[in-house]
Amino acid sequence: MNRQGITRRTMAGGLALVPTGFALAQGIDATINRSQSDRNFEVTERELLAGRLPINAGITLDIPTLSENGNSVDVGIKVDSPWTRDDHIRMVHILSEMNPFPVVARFQLGYRAGRADVATRIRLAATQKVVVLAETTRGLIHRAEQEVIVILGACLEGG
Amino acid sequence: MSDLTTRITMPQSASKGDIIEIKVLARHIMERAIDAVGLKPSPRKIIHTFRVSYAGEEVFRMELSTGIASNPYMSFTTVATETGVVLFEWLEDGGARHTRVQTLIVS
Repeated sequence: MNRQGITRRTMAGGLALVPTGFALAQGIDATINRSQSDRNFEVTERELLAGRLPINAGITLDIPTLSENGNSVDVGIKVDSPWTRDDHIRMVHILSEMNPFPVVARFQLGYRAGRADVATRIRLAATQKVVVLAETTRGLIHRAEQEVIVILGACLEGG
Repeated sequence: MSDLTTRITMPQSASKGDIIEIKVLARHIMERAIDAVGLKPSPRKIIHTFRVSYAGEEVFRMELSTGIASNPYMSFTTVATETGVVLFEWLEDGGARHTRVQTLIVS
């Protein structure tokens, strides 16, 4: 196949099929913080859940389903909560299925936040699932996930 | 210590009990230590922690990774409790600490 004939779309699709070794496939050693990078997405999520069954409701996840540029993907997270002194959201985690580091960000909220409503911009290496876990002060965990199609992965650009 | 360009968007005043939204942007490369053929290897240099205290009490903290886009942006909320100083702190790899302050007037 003529290299010129490979479209960006097929490249992104091809990358998505490579499970965790995409960084290696690109000749990139992105593992600077080895203690974190050795833990894959599934293990990280299991550890955060710590045996608890997540509630698949209560989180409003605002992420585009298709992102042209994996270097900057808007993520907005809102979590329903009664927001009383002893029942509110205390921590929100953003996890990535395919990035070199599964924990993308952690937000620590307190009663004084008033509600759980945070946003940031993340990097996505390839088309993948983004998972958000929100822990309440009562030990419950809300979970939401969304598949994001990434046309141009963050790792390919080097910038 | 303050060679960080930042933009903080928040109201100057609020009524007691209001939930205010604060949006924060900083200019930072968030270098994630790519070591690829043809690129000069560079050590990781990211903002790893962002925290906010309001009238002396921490009200928000975010832990960032290399998975956060360059020029890190975050938005969050806080309840207007009293007139006071809101202190924003960015902690960078290598130990640098950047701070900004804003005053919120609560009536």
